[in-house]
Amino acid sequence: MRRAGETRALIAAGILLAGLPLLVSSERWLGFSFLALLYALLGQSWNVLGGFGGQYSFGHAAFFGTGGYATAVLQARWGLDPWSGAALGVIMGALAGAGIGAVSFRYGLRGSYFALVTLAFAEVFRVVANSVAFTGGGVGILIPLRTDATNFQFADRRAFYYVALAFLAIAVAAAEWLTRSRFGARLVALRENEAAAQALGIDVFRVKLGAITLSAALAALAGVLYAQYFLYLDPAIAYGPAMSIAALLSPIVGGLGTVLGPLWGAVALRALGEATTELSGDAPGLNLVLYGILLVVMLRFLPEGIAGLPRRLHQALSAERHHA
Amino acid sequence: MLEVERLSKRFGGLAAVNGASMTVATGSITALIGPNGAGKTTLFALISGFLAADSGVIRLAGEEITGEAPHRLAAKGLVRTFQLVQPFAGLSVRENIAVGCHLHQRSRRAALAEAASVAARVGMAELLDRPAAALTAAGSKRLELARALAALPRLLLLDEVMAGLNPSEILAMIATIRAIRDGGVTVLLTEHVMQAVMSLAEKVYVLNDGRIIAAGTPAEVVADPKVVEAYLGHGAAERLAARQGMPGAAHA
Amino acid sequence: MPELSILAPAVLNGLTVGAVYALVALGLTLIYGVLHIINFAHGSLLMLALYAAFFLKVLLGVDPYLALPILATAFFFLGYALQYGVIGPASHGKEQNVLLVTLALAIIIDNLALYLWTSTTRTIDVPYGFAVVDLGIALIPVARVIAFLAALALAGLLSLFMTATDLGKAIRAVARERDGARLVGIRVEHVYAMSFGIGTACVAAAACLLLPTFYVTPQVGYAFVLVAFTTVVLGGMGSFLGALLGGLLLGVVEALSGLFLGESLGQIGIFAIFILVLLFRPTGLFGSRLA
Repeated sequence: MRRAGETRALIAAGILLAGLPLLVSSERWLGFSFLALLYALLGQSWNVLGGFGGQYSFGHAAFFGTGGYATAVLQARWGLDPWSGAALGVIMGALAGAGIGAVSFRYGLRGSYFALVTLAFAEVFRVVANSVAFTGGGVGILIPLRTDATNFQFADRRAFYYVALAFLAIAVAAAEWLTRSRFGARLVALRENEAAAQALGIDVFRVKLGAITLSAALAALAGVLYAQYFLYLDPAIAYGPAMSIAALLSPIVGGLGTVLGPLWGAVALRALGEATTELSGDAPGLNLVLYGILLVVMLRFLPEGIAGLPRRLHQALSAERHHA
Repeated sequence: MLEVERLSKRFGGLAAVNGASMTVATGSITALIGPNGAGKTTLFALISGFLAADSGVIRLAGEEITGEAPHRLAAKGLVRTFQLVQPFAGLSVRENIAVGCHLHQRSRRAALAEAASVAARVGMAELLDRPAAALTAAGSKRLELARALAALPRLLLLDEVMAGLNPSEILAMIATIRAIRDGGVTVLLTEHVMQAVMSLAEKVYVLNDGRIIAAGTPAEVVADPKVVEAYLGHGAAERLAARQGMPGAAHA
Repeated sequence: MPELSILAPAVLNGLTVGAVYALVALGLTLIYGVLHIINFAHGSLLMLALYAAFFLKVLLGVDPYLALPILATAFFFLGYALQYGVIGPASHGKEQNVLLVTLALAIIIDNLALYLWTSTTRTIDVPYGFAVVDLGIALIPVARVIAFLAALALAGLLSLFMTATDLGKAIRAVARERDGARLVGIRVEHVYAMSFGIGTACVAAAACLLLPTFYVTPQVGYAFVLVAFTTVVLGGMGSFLGALLGGLLLGVVEALSGLFLGESLGQIGIFAIFILVLLFRPTGLFGSRLA
């Protein structure tokens, strides 16, 4: 349900984010912001399929990793330029999405079966990447370092920040489009009630397939961004559970099916992660414990996520007024 | 508008629908009735594409549609409602109806606007921005109807649309359905509420144990002893006839 | 085609590994197969039980087989509390949310283990740890044989429980028709919690039987999760015999795919089976109803 307030929030967020690097210049904060944007992008990709479409994927790393590996392999092994590599990475990710979607949806998988099957596919990708020579196997793959804008590698972290922001803007535009288009209306309808959607003329298979393809393309974009920033990938990073979990955490915490939810979620989670590291040193696992707890708390008390807070507060306050 | 020829569907050993044939004339209101378990829901599911028939033919305006998927049927003008209402719970009334509009309307803005006018036609104008989950039983039924109408059907299948409505709501719904037919939509409804059947239907088919046992005008069908037996049990027709000869006998 | 002397041990080993899979999956059959609680934390609970058994041995000298009743009981209460206190309330009755809540629990448990006990691989030393049974064509560790027999026993016990006890009947009633069961006075939340408790107790038992010939790290949970779900789905939701046979089959498939595809690519076997079963035969080998 669209309101003018949401558009204002969108514009405000955009301006704030665009101006951020002018205010903040420490490496640490730029690094933090970049990661927040990266996870917001990944989260937004999941949101397209899971939030708007109601199909929860537990294996989004399959698309993330495909994007990353595609561009890494094309650059490292075949000397392709990284911007073309990026484009091809997105296309290959989209194809992976279409393939997995076609198979899963054709056989009517939904709900928990769909979630588990996507996990299985991600694991298959991981095992293959681990066993095959051209991905570097278990050792992983390095993108040769050559800092140059034309080489999609930047000395100044701020440039990476702006690229990430641009990519996120694409994803946000896609989500915005979902709220304003017939495709988006159909996607949301099938999320709410598949039978009713079919009875009203919606080709549920086609719409789901379109959604997963778009979702996978955006996830692959995040994979490309990751590869260019860190210049290294291995099967565990690319296709392991960490990215699949990261993909679903920020939309759920931030607000499923909303345009800005994944952004709020990513920022909140990153901030929580940073705070944890500050307070307890670099203990492995602790952030995730807190993320898990946050997820349970959100699901129990605030299922609409951060985006649902204004409405909840409004309700609570007007209830107070009624009682008074 | 609709021809159903010897349609059959078995589940395991049970023939839920057994060689049923029906014709629904264009522009008419036709009713399908029968006792519980007669197979009405299955027949509806077969006609609307939610179930695949084992044998038989279905034709819509002369074109064969047997085995086609529900969304394709909707595009061809065959739209159904559900006995247990299936709203898009997380969306508003307007957004619900707009989904139906989108069948022929690409623009989101136009669909939402059109949804408002459809809502007005069924008397839901004030409820447009209400969440669908917050509607009453009668409101939900009306929404179900509005959504189906928004899809601009040629043939509207109403699955027990009167269920759960109180007497005044039933009267209002009867009027609404008549208005829909007058607007050029052919209606096939399945119903338990006899009042609606008697006042609306021009032709009635009676289904029992998967077979069509009677067809005709409401008056003809109600007087048919086979129909009485289907509802009241074996021998009931005779008993009723015998009673009607006695003074002070109760009337159904 | 490899010769029998290579094939036979692989298959036999696969069977014993499969028995372990079956053991792990039996608890999940009750929870997921019968009641459709998508317990993504099942593997994590196994891992937790493995650590518990490990610490009982290392700190208190309690042999895992002796620890079994203790841990099974303790984990029963843990499982009950988790379902009644966390999963039930947080999921608001929606299946998709149950998946997310149990995923969250898995994340919490897995990473808490990582934080508390680090990634170091832990194994225990038991006097029978290296004892083997000589079957002529292959040597099988005694502990594995015990696990195999225990899997058979547990499957039988669970089947009996479901048909012969009141609680078992209540569980089946709730599984079939939740609201109807509530109407006849069955306390549905309690039944769910009891099932979860029993399922978790089974997983603890599996851990005690597994530890002598296995190891534990925080990642073990994740490694077992998909195997457990594959076993349950392969066997046919809700069928204990199915889970048993499914587990055995999976163990053999894994052993053979490792043999033919190499150790690295061979891991694909189980995931491939899972995908194929879900696509083409979601009722599983022995299931009769479509979930």
